[in-house]
Amino acid sequence: MIRFENVGLRYGTGREVLSDLTFSIAPHSFQFLTGPSGAGKTTLIRLLFLNLKPTRGLISIFGKDTALLRRADMPALRRRIGVVFQDFRLLDHLTTYENVALPYRVLGKDEASYRADVTDLLDWVGLGDRKHVYPPVLSGGEKQRAAIARALITKPEFLLADEPTGNVDPPLARRLLRLFLELNRLGTAVLIATHDIGLMDQLDARRMVIENGHLEIYE
Amino acid sequence: MKTSIPRPKRAASAPKARPGGDMAVASPIVPPQAIAGRTLVLVIAIMTFLAGFTIAVVSVIDRAADAWASDIGREVTIEIRPLDGVAIDAEVEKAVALAQEFPGVGGARGISDAETQRLLEPWLGPGTDLSALPVPRLVVVSIDNAAAFDTKALAEAVSRDIRGGSVDDHALWVDRLSAMASSMVFAGIGLMTLMLVALILSVVFATRAAMAGNRDVIEVLHFCGAEDRFIAGQFQRRFLLFGVEGGAIGGALALLAMMIAAWAIGGSAGRPGADQLEALFGRFELPGTAYVLVLALVVAVALLTALTSRLAVRRSLSALD
Repeated sequence: MIRFENVGLRYGTGREVLSDLTFSIAPHSFQFLTGPSGAGKTTLIRLLFLNLKPTRGLISIFGKDTALLRRADMPALRRRIGVVFQDFRLLDHLTTYENVALPYRVLGKDEASYRADVTDLLDWVGLGDRKHVYPPVLSGGEKQRAAIARALITKPEFLLADEPTGNVDPPLARRLLRLFLELNRLGTAVLIATHDIGLMDQLDARRMVIENGHLEIYE
Repeated sequence: MKTSIPRPKRAASAPKARPGGDMAVASPIVPPQAIAGRTLVLVIAIMTFLAGFTIAVVSVIDRAADAWASDIGREVTIEIRPLDGVAIDAEVEKAVALAQEFPGVGGARGISDAETQRLLEPWLGPGTDLSALPVPRLVVVSIDNAAAFDTKALAEAVSRDIRGGSVDDHALWVDRLSAMASSMVFAGIGLMTLMLVALILSVVFATRAAMAGNRDVIEVLHFCGAEDRFIAGQFQRRFLLFGVEGGAIGGALALLAMMIAAWAIGGSAGRPGADQLEALFGRFELPGTAYVLVLALVVAVALLTALTSRLAVRRSLSALD
């Protein structure tokens, strides 16, 4: 599904922040991406959802060589990938409901066609009674769940989550992990970037460890 | 929290009311308050006002020029210079008789000494004795059928039969008038073009500022899989509203200003300045086409604003690569 071959990336003329990354992510797989702060986790995630272009190497996403992609081809690929950011990236002028429904609006769907889906998902992540609340009044955990719901709403084939438990307490972190596992059980490949060892220890999953721009994989 | 993800139930039921019982309209994706809309509406209104006023003024001048050309084109003048030993009154009568025989002529009339004196009074003062001056006499020939009338033939007949006579068909005056009216129309179109260019540039700057202020929104839309045209459409919608609002205000003010000008000039009838204006431009009224053109301007400004913002957004998005 996702394949990196000898991928390197540098900003400007500086040193390579990612070097010789070679790995693949299989459909329905579950993996953690970990490493110290500044090791390149977020940069790798940006490469994975087509927000950055590598300076060398091959990246193939859903069978498409990203170097050959035209700008017009990217939206269709991005819709197959759900992303949860560490800083949530919720739009403050939209309600929780509208934030979660945003991917459907982008697709030009009629609100009546997705209202039930969004409402059910909000109930499922425990935000059923917060759907008409604006993000500034949500707690950190609620924002995190709203961001996750937005990433899940269109049933992506691949979910990327950058430090999804970084702003929540341990019990909520465990609940969120169960949520990702459930999603994975339903067929979505999941990659969670975290440096929370406790979270990773709860699960026997593939670990991708990135350090100084180099990647080690522990199956 | 439940343990299984809900399966989609796509449009299985009729739309349900949201909690609270309302079917609220979705919030705009680009927040209105994040765009300097008031300022842009003001700029658009001012530009539309100036362009609308220019259209109105040019329409009045164009209509007046048409009327001048039409009035002048319906007349030619036979001018008879005084010559020694020639009875000028007899030549005038001959000229009148000669002109009346020509096809297409509705009538011919010699201008009397008294009328000539009145015509020259602004330059020579009252009570001037014209007999002491070599003042030519004029015969006004009215044309009621321009197609049948041959100016050249009349000019030849006059120079042959009337001593000291010549024909002035006002062609020089009409040409100058036409050139002046064309220059005014051209200048008006030039001014309008400059105003519209300034408007486009204002919208481009406002769009770029709006994009810079909504960078987070654009990023979120991108990773949600939005196409550039969708993002451009969100901005275009907002700018179309600004264009409609600003254009309508500016257009209405331009028409109002012209009506006030017409009323003010009409109210000062009888005063020398107003009389001269009326002599030049006729009654100071907007022609119907001016209203149509100002309305078309409002529509064009709104569309131009929306289209410019769309193109500016798409160009900026392309530059992100």
